Amino acid sequence: MSTPVKIALLGNPNTGKTSVFNALTGLSQKVGNYPGITVEKKEGICKLNHNTKGLLIDLPGTYSLNASSIDESVVIELLLNKKSKDFPDVAVVVTDVENLKRNLLLFTQVKDLEIPTLLVINMADQMKRKGISLDLPLLEQTLDTKIVLISTRENRGLEELKKTILDYRQLSTSPTIAINSIDEKYFKDLEKTFPNQSLYKLWLVITQDVNFAKIDRKRVSDATDFKTQPASYLKRMQQKETIKRYQFINNVLKQGLTINREAAIDLRSRLDRVLIHKVWGYAIFFIVLLTIFQAIFHWSSIPQDIIDSGFVSLSERLKNNLPEGVFTNLLTEGIISGLGGIVIFIPQIAFLFLFISILEESGYMSRVVFLMDRGLRRFGLNGKSVIPLISGTACAIPAVMATRNIENWKERLITILVTPFTTCSARLPVYSILIALVIPEGSFFGLNYKGLMLMGLYLLGFGMALLAAWVLSKTLSITSKSYFVVEMPNYKLPLLKNVGITVWEKTRTFVTEAGKIILAISILLWILASYGPGKDFNNAEQIVRQNHPELNANALEIKTNAYKLENSYIGILGKSIEPIIAPLGYDWKIGIALISSFAAREVFVGTLATIYSVESDNEDTIKNKMGSELRADGTPLFNLASGISLMLFYAFAMQCMSTLAIVKKETNSWKWPMVQLFGMSILAYIVALSTYQILA
Amino acid sequence: MIPLDQLLRGEKAQIETIETDKLPLKLIEMGCLPGNSIALIQKAPFNDPLYLKIDESHLAIRKETAKNIFVRLIE
Repeated sequence: MSTPVKIALLGNPNTGKTSVFNALTGLSQKVGNYPGITVEKKEGICKLNHNTKGLLIDLPGTYSLNASSIDESVVIELLLNKKSKDFPDVAVVVTDVENLKRNLLLFTQVKDLEIPTLLVINMADQMKRKGISLDLPLLEQTLDTKIVLISTRENRGLEELKKTILDYRQLSTSPTIAINSIDEKYFKDLEKTFPNQSLYKLWLVITQDVNFAKIDRKRVSDATDFKTQPASYLKRMQQKETIKRYQFINNVLKQGLTINREAAIDLRSRLDRVLIHKVWGYAIFFIVLLTIFQAIFHWSSIPQDIIDSGFVSLSERLKNNLPEGVFTNLLTEGIISGLGGIVIFIPQIAFLFLFISILEESGYMSRVVFLMDRGLRRFGLNGKSVIPLISGTACAIPAVMATRNIENWKERLITILVTPFTTCSARLPVYSILIALVIPEGSFFGLNYKGLMLMGLYLLGFGMALLAAWVLSKTLSITSKSYFVVEMPNYKLPLLKNVGITVWEKTRTFVTEAGKIILAISILLWILASYGPGKDFNNAEQIVRQNHPELNANALEIKTNAYKLENSYIGILGKSIEPIIAPLGYDWKIGIALISSFAAREVFVGTLATIYSVESDNEDTIKNKMGSELRADGTPLFNLASGISLMLFYAFAMQCMSTLAIVKKETNSWKWPMVQLFGMSILAYIVALSTYQILA
Repeated sequence: MIPLDQLLRGEKAQIETIETDKLPLKLIEMGCLPGNSIALIQKAPFNDPLYLKIDESHLAIRKETAKNIFVRLIE
């Protein structure tokens, strides 16, 4: 085995760079983070020939080496840092044959860093349809590189690409343009101060934070002190540089590229006419949304039921076959039910990412962003916030991850902060049982009250998300350049392989990242509910038997379990918060359910089931038990006032540890998850309190 | 010469000058440079954002950004 070749994959967004990466590496890829930031780092291995491997790194898509977001700054930092262990032996710039001119801008910049650079022209299958022809030998000569024409859709050109990568030592490293021609005097001074260094590299180091004020990461070299000119002057020089590069590119393409526009069939304008129409555009988007909801709530309920009953029977079987004891209880009641709580979300998450990746791959998502930007901007959000807000109805965790493509940090942060207000699927079981319990029968214009209440809660979630966003946009003082440039890519049929890999990757991340936390909390809850201090807990059976000598064995066990729970650690915890939640209309048992809901909201129903000592999880039984629960004064515990107060509490409170953990990861600070935890929970408390006090 | 946000749907123009300081460099790099052709393909409801074809790039920008680009109509 010879030493592996380190390959950096670069390219503009929408050029199929990730398709090339997927085609070369398949599933042998790993997604991590760059140290200290949340930018995804995708690496993979590919066999270049029988004894040489390639280590591929798929760098974030970028339009140029002048960074305007933290994702893009990763690219520049890697290419400028020769000492990095990831510094590439060869840079592969992926371009789209239809946008060759713009894509070549990045190519000329990378090549000017004097790294061996080769050019990949993707989507070669589109050439004929678009009437494009290329003179490859001429282009190779004028661009001074090797060019590989590929089509990931038809799996063409990949072998040739591997061969060309292996021969990377023969690639030229001479720059395409003379950077000092944009300002002779400036660069002469620069050369004097830093002799024997590449001028373009120095120039990049000097300008890298001009356009993007907040790169908190350490600077690459000490040349940043050389700022003899104000930022606006530097920017004008960058503009000049861009003009120079385009002059070079235009000259190259004048002879190397011909487009016969007659032959082009324009799918774009025909689809755009409908998809972003001011009436039809919204109607179609609405239908797309309905389909997604249908999939998340209806289609995924079939696999979810199978998973649910599978875990229940697994737990039963283990209980019957393992020797009785603490370990068996921990396994069956703590770990297995905890795992079940994670696995049950897989169908919803997989469906969600299936749709999102199809919408993104096809180019439709940019159109939605275009349609929604104006409306959402009023609330301090961005057109791109649409995706997280939709995803949030399944689960806030993938939704928070989906904010990554919002370039504007303030708008992204607000989106992250308000996403947990949207009604996630874990709130649904809580709402269903409470609505069944406290909302009266009857209808209003043919719509029954219960259905209206549920719909109202969904709308309330969205409404609160928008309101909170508006308040945050007025109060957060974060200066981040408000800019919105969205490329409207060509429509494409999504590649099955790309969609599959995305669904797999995202689902896997959810299960491992969120799963760890959910599992840990379920185990903790189990311990707190299974142990208690003092003799009340340890002698529960005796005490219950003494107080209720009339009970038979079965009833005794149920009563004992309830008594144990009351005196367990979690029961004591519930009682200790009772004074705080009593004004909201809740007793200590609801308090326990509130505390345990921090693992996942849907735990509410299961916890109440245990507390009210019902044998089965059958919702009707729990409902009847809850319905007959009385207060000290003889009125029902769950009435309209306390029921609505509880629903509103669940609608607004931040009760999800996993979401807090993912927000910590995405914002890289504990500050924002804490803002969510306290802000949302205080809001929930105040709303629930005033609701109960008014209605009771 | 008119600011870009006054261009009508379907009209073709040429970029005359740009306010470099007020535009993101990214937009300039995507081809928003004096001399290049520009056409307004579509406006979103409430006339914002604008869907443009600049040189060979298709992109959407907000109206506030478009005010810093000045164009001259072709024919």
